[in-house]
Amino acid sequence: MPLITYRKALNEAFAEELTRDESVFLMGEEVAEYNGAYKVTEGLWERFGSKRVVDTPISEAAFLGLGVGAAMMGLRPVVELMFWSFAYVGFDQIINNAGCVRYMSGGLINVPMVIRGPANGGTNVGATHSHTPENFLANTPGLKVVAPATPYDAKGLMISSIRDNDTVCFMENTLLYGDIGEVPEGSYTIPLGVADIKREGTDISFIAHGRAVLTALAAAEILATEHGISAEVVDLRSIRPLDEEAILNSVAKTHRALLVDESKPFCGISSQIATLIAEQAFDELDAPVARVTALDAPAIYSMPLEKLQLPTAERVVAKALTLF
Amino acid sequence: MTTKIPPMHEGEQAAQAPINAALTPEQKIAALREMLRIRRFEQQALNFYKQDKMGGFLHVYIGQESVAVAAASLMNGQDEMITAYRDHGHALAVGMGMEECMAELFGKATGCSKGKGGSMHFFAPDKHYWGGHGIVGGQIPLGLGLAFALKYKNIPGCALAFLGDGAVNQGPVSESLNLASLFNLPLVIIIENNGYSMGTSLERSSSIKNYLAERAEGYNMAWDTANGSNFYELRAKLHHVMERARKESKPCILEVATYRYYGHSIADANAKKYRTAEEIEAYKANHDPITLWQEQLLQEKVVTEAVITEIDDAAKQEAAASIAFADASPWPDPESIFEDVYSQIDQGTHFFSDQA
Repeated sequence: MPLITYRKALNEAFAEELTRDESVFLMGEEVAEYNGAYKVTEGLWERFGSKRVVDTPISEAAFLGLGVGAAMMGLRPVVELMFWSFAYVGFDQIINNAGCVRYMSGGLINVPMVIRGPANGGTNVGATHSHTPENFLANTPGLKVVAPATPYDAKGLMISSIRDNDTVCFMENTLLYGDIGEVPEGSYTIPLGVADIKREGTDISFIAHGRAVLTALAAAEILATEHGISAEVVDLRSIRPLDEEAILNSVAKTHRALLVDESKPFCGISSQIATLIAEQAFDELDAPVARVTALDAPAIYSMPLEKLQLPTAERVVAKALTLF
Repeated sequence: MTTKIPPMHEGEQAAQAPINAALTPEQKIAALREMLRIRRFEQQALNFYKQDKMGGFLHVYIGQESVAVAAASLMNGQDEMITAYRDHGHALAVGMGMEECMAELFGKATGCSKGKGGSMHFFAPDKHYWGGHGIVGGQIPLGLGLAFALKYKNIPGCALAFLGDGAVNQGPVSESLNLASLFNLPLVIIIENNGYSMGTSLERSSSIKNYLAERAEGYNMAWDTANGSNFYELRAKLHHVMERARKESKPCILEVATYRYYGHSIADANAKKYRTAEEIEAYKANHDPITLWQEQLLQEKVVTEAVITEIDDAAKQEAAASIAFADASPWPDPESIFEDVYSQIDQGTHFFSDQA
């Protein structure tokens, strides 16, 4: 199987779907002639032309809304946000329009759109460019939210998201774009709402999404080699729909849950997972549900401190050891 | 360089515009019927709102009926329409039924959105009507998308996007004007200028030279103004800008001078404080689009007083029947709260586009 980057995996997904379905188009700032601010759409404008790969001015509210309107008419826009942090200037279009139109029309109108781009801290760009808004988005019934951790998942989930008939908020990560993994050639799909056990274990469940999955895997390796503890890593892959069964099955197996989450802890994704476990797996637990999340402050700029703000394998290991 | 559309078919000469000269007596009467239906529907809604039959807001269109009716009369099956929260008139004008609309106001299962949208959120995609949107100005980027989709699909139609004079000051509206012009999209933006942005008059809310539509100049976009009380003028000018959009794929703004007799919404307690009662009465007496259209048709001998009464009575009866229908309709089932959220769940299928 070819080894390619996360970035290239996404690029292949776009090329597959642009080829397969005439109604698919890419849109966003610098996605076409510039080849994408992070080169995720590299070569696609040259290959598919200006109708299918569309550069926009810096007007997130207008082009997000344009995507919603075009999707209502049956097109399948894939709208890039250079950073998910920029979604906030177009939030009305995402929440009120993409998120609510289907419901408010009594199911008459669908919005088959993908909104995508990087949503991560850890790159020394300060608070305004480091947001991880998956909790805001997943808090809106009507929206779907996915956050792949690997190149394989990125391609399969992107193809599924483009074919999905609802709006999917696709959370990428600039720190993952260069990661390399095995990715099949051609088209394949990974259903939304199906978690993946990235490492089998028996003593504790690490539950994570996005880059935090890699942190959890690193921590699991340390626990195995240095402490003889077998950690299972559950990669949620999609936040909404959420694979509750996979979470509960893992907790029933290991009896300990540690949630690793690069988003903020207060009303975060990890809060939702903790509630789920408390409500439905309380009797399975041998220890309280624990969390390792971003430290609860705006993303700090200072380089060494920012490294401390996001979950690290060391923090995960230290927290895990308190549960035994 | 000016992008103001040259004056044409204004005032009395508008009746001679080809698009109006081609109107049959039946079509002229149909326009009157549609305006009266909207007015009688909303008067009934107001009455029953006061009897606690509906909740939330009710933004009535009374005084502005000519605008939606003229626009809908020009839609050709390939045009799309979208508007804001003052949406009952547009809904009825494109052919939505009074019963489904009234039932929606009542929050009933038989409503056009199954009781999930309410007054501000009527939709009928089968009639090319895309809402009904509650956030001021938020529908204009969607209208941009409708126009984009028409062009993308090579459909020679236009998208009609309505907004009020207050919405013009929302940021996404400005962004959309730029994009529409930049992308040469067949978007017709219709500002229904009723003079008041809720309780704030035009003078107190907008910095302009002469017209709101003049802001088009900054985007190298054509614009025009129309008198909303003159059905012929409104229709001639709408036709002109719609044809331009369809044939040249270019956007424009048409600002229509109009007036609402009631408050911003029924909850507008100050509806008669930020403007004088005399002002409201003067509009009713001198500018009412229905009265003026009736006088026009009487003068043309297209109708008689008896015919007008007959049409009006039918509209009143239809509105009353819609109240009875809504009142007798069942509430939605509690389980329906969870329906229509996601396509995947409703259709039992994940890959909607597998057949593409």
